[in-house]
Amino acid sequence: MLETRGLTAFYGDFQALYGIDASLAQGETVAIIGANGAGKSTFLKAITGLLPSPPDAVRLDGAPIGGLAPARVTRLGVSLVPEGRKLFPSLSVEENLLIGAYGRAPGGYWSLERLYALFPALAERRRAPGPSLSGGQQQMAAIGRALMANPRVLLCDEISLGLAPIVIRDIYNAMPAIKAQGTSILLVEQDIVQAMAVADRVYCFQEGRVSLAGRPAELSGEQIHAAYFGT
Amino acid sequence: MAVPHRVAVGGRFTRQLALAGVLVVILLAALPAFAARSLVEDLIFVFYMLALAQYWNLLAGYAGLISVGQQAFVGLGGYLLFALTVIAGLDPLLAIVLAGAIAGLLALPTALVVFRLRGAYFAIGTWVVAEVYRLVLAQWKQLGGGTGTSLPPEITNTVFGIDWVKALFDVRTSAARDMILYWAALALAAGTIAAVYLILRSRHGLALAAIRDSEPAAASAGVDNFRTKLWVYVATAAGTGMVGALIYLQKARISPDSAFAVLDWTAYVILIVVIGGIGTIEGPIIGVLVFYLLQSYLASFGTWYLILLGALAIIIMLFAPKGIWGYVSERLGLVLFPIRRRLVPPRETS
Amino acid sequence: MTAWLDPLLQGIMLGGLYALFAAGLSLIFGIMRLVNLAHGDLIVLAAFVVLVVAGALGLDPFLAALLAAPVLFAFGYALQFVLLNRTLGRDILPPLLVTFGLSIIVQNGLLEAFSADSRRLRAGAIETESLSLGGGLAVGVMPLLTLASAVVAILALNFLFYRTSLGRAFRATSDDPETAQLMGIDNRRIFALAMGVAMTVVAVAALYLGMRANFDPTIGPARLIYAFEAVIIGGLGSLWGTLAGGVIIGLAQTIGARIDPEWQILAGHVAFLIVLVLRPRGLFPRAVD
Repeated sequence: MLETRGLTAFYGDFQALYGIDASLAQGETVAIIGANGAGKSTFLKAITGLLPSPPDAVRLDGAPIGGLAPARVTRLGVSLVPEGRKLFPSLSVEENLLIGAYGRAPGGYWSLERLYALFPALAERRRAPGPSLSGGQQQMAAIGRALMANPRVLLCDEISLGLAPIVIRDIYNAMPAIKAQGTSILLVEQDIVQAMAVADRVYCFQEGRVSLAGRPAELSGEQIHAAYFGT
Repeated sequence: MAVPHRVAVGGRFTRQLALAGVLVVILLAALPAFAARSLVEDLIFVFYMLALAQYWNLLAGYAGLISVGQQAFVGLGGYLLFALTVIAGLDPLLAIVLAGAIAGLLALPTALVVFRLRGAYFAIGTWVVAEVYRLVLAQWKQLGGGTGTSLPPEITNTVFGIDWVKALFDVRTSAARDMILYWAALALAAGTIAAVYLILRSRHGLALAAIRDSEPAAASAGVDNFRTKLWVYVATAAGTGMVGALIYLQKARISPDSAFAVLDWTAYVILIVVIGGIGTIEGPIIGVLVFYLLQSYLASFGTWYLILLGALAIIIMLFAPKGIWGYVSERLGLVLFPIRRRLVPPRETS
Repeated sequence: MTAWLDPLLQGIMLGGLYALFAAGLSLIFGIMRLVNLAHGDLIVLAAFVVLVVAGALGLDPFLAALLAAPVLFAFGYALQFVLLNRTLGRDILPPLLVTFGLSIIVQNGLLEAFSADSRRLRAGAIETESLSLGGGLAVGVMPLLTLASAVVAILALNFLFYRTSLGRAFRATSDDPETAQLMGIDNRRIFALAMGVAMTVVAVAALYLGMRANFDPTIGPARLIYAFEAVIIGGLGSLWGTLAGGVIIGLAQTIGARIDPEWQILAGHVAFLIVLVLRPRGLFPRAVD
């Protein structure tokens, strides 16, 4: 459904990605792991158009979308939960959720009610300003905001960052409900255990390149260690 | 024992360029002896616009303080000149220097007010301050109030050195005065360029560059952002005040609307800097020459000329933001006033 | 006592006019951090558009302004989309210089098209009518209408901002333009819409400007300064603060004029500077910067 071919990315003169070949099938959950600076977040940014790329480098259902404006990529059904949550400070929790649906055609599974059912903590704080929530609640709101667009592809960038393990578990407990809608999920994760538990397939990035790919069950601890650190 | 690297400024041709610069100034100084009076007057205009442009560029291009209110100090300098000569009876050339100093002093409380604003709001704030100066000085009845006044001949005819010039070149009083004003303007322009260059080569220049690039980073490196910016603002005000005093000595007539005109002392100045190349010393030099040509040939078209200038500002900002010199300098790697620091490795000793 | 109540009332209502000038400026800065140096000249341009429409169709200024509003909305949209969007970014010089150039172009364009003659929007008998408040006090209907319009405009803008989907998009884009794009918001269109809305408010401001006093192509910059002072006094991000700021300037000017007519404008500036020194962030700052 979503695939990248030879995807490169630059920050000015600095090259962050050196030709990534990756794919995400319909309904699949794929995790990307790797050390800091390996290029994982850069990868997601390139897919959503926040970083420029040649049109063919990223394909959605076979159609080239590389380099398209982020707003267009979103409207094509690819939603990003950005690193650091990035809730809008001037908007309440409910407004943050509603803005996720901006410009998206009505219909589709996810609505305010269903999101409040998925994340009850949000329902209690619906009128509070975004920044007043705890880290975990903010992350739930950010995910909910992306889901309000009823995306076909959900990209998650480091949703466990800075959260306590129990909170991370709560958030990942919502994954099955999201998967049940047939949404394809591509998640970037620092927490290897969590990533391997939830993903159908895993890529490991190391210094801007894919160093390992496969199903979690088939990958050994030493393989992952080597791919992660590049020994 | 390790020998430390040196920090050096300057390229291969620095000495030759400096010599050339001095030569140019000498030639220009000799010009009135054989040039037509109209050219001398035109060059006075070119020199003082160049000085104004260098000061605005120092403030905006290097310190990042974009002011739309420098006309405050032009007008202040002009009125101070009139006050110091007409009321206090000082010699006009001395009054120019004093006017600059007083303008610089007045810039201190001014800065404390406008520095509370940032960015584009700082810009408009400086405009408001200029308006306040205009409205306040328009109340000064002794200097003509709202309609203004002229310099009496006792003052314009007794500028220091007039008799000496009259004797040496065998010219009339008015021509002699023009020559003296020409030299004063040349001294101001050359002095301004020299001063700006020396500032940028000093530690303060390094601090300015750091502030322009990133204030937080500069602060964390130990630069006192506030004092550096204040210092630059005051120095620019003093310089601009001196130029204003010279301008109105030459015009010999002042009014609040003329002295604090946004068009003459800010719009044209900004255009000169932007056309030539902001953030460079060479830029305003080129800009003032282009502007002089535009003004000479097209000013008679009145409103259409101004519409053209407005359009020019927009086009340059959108398509050539570094100006003529920026474009040339990048292409040819040319720098006439080198200020970039280089790290020079120690000479090998064997 | 009445002698001082009268300028007080006058000042408050003049404040309504200044708030109308300032509302558009405040909106634009709030959403895209753009300070439009041509704002005052655009108000004057709008006044001329209303004048032309009123003259060509034989309408009174209110109806003419109603017709002119969509035209001005479209103009604002186009101006932002085609020109001003290109200036947005981290550097503050391009928007400043481009709007400065725009200001010169608009002023001189108007001079060419309409000459420097003073113009006026004629509204007929309503211009001189007054409302009696009892106790020997009376207020002009026109100034009262101006203040009322300012209040209505701010209510409408706040409604737009806080109760509509578009308003949510404005606020989100103002907070974080990059993440707003991830929501499917096209920044360029949002900014253009915002400028269109601002120009509609400008149309209302121009209507009352033109009816209140004579106008000519050169009075733009002064209106920009009053608008700017009102926004700064009020504090960024608060439209009611902008109204308060306008009222303060209006009061200062009217009271200053009572003391000495020549001090009117200076009094406004001094009030602004005093607030700036004592409360640099304004009286009711709201926006996060």
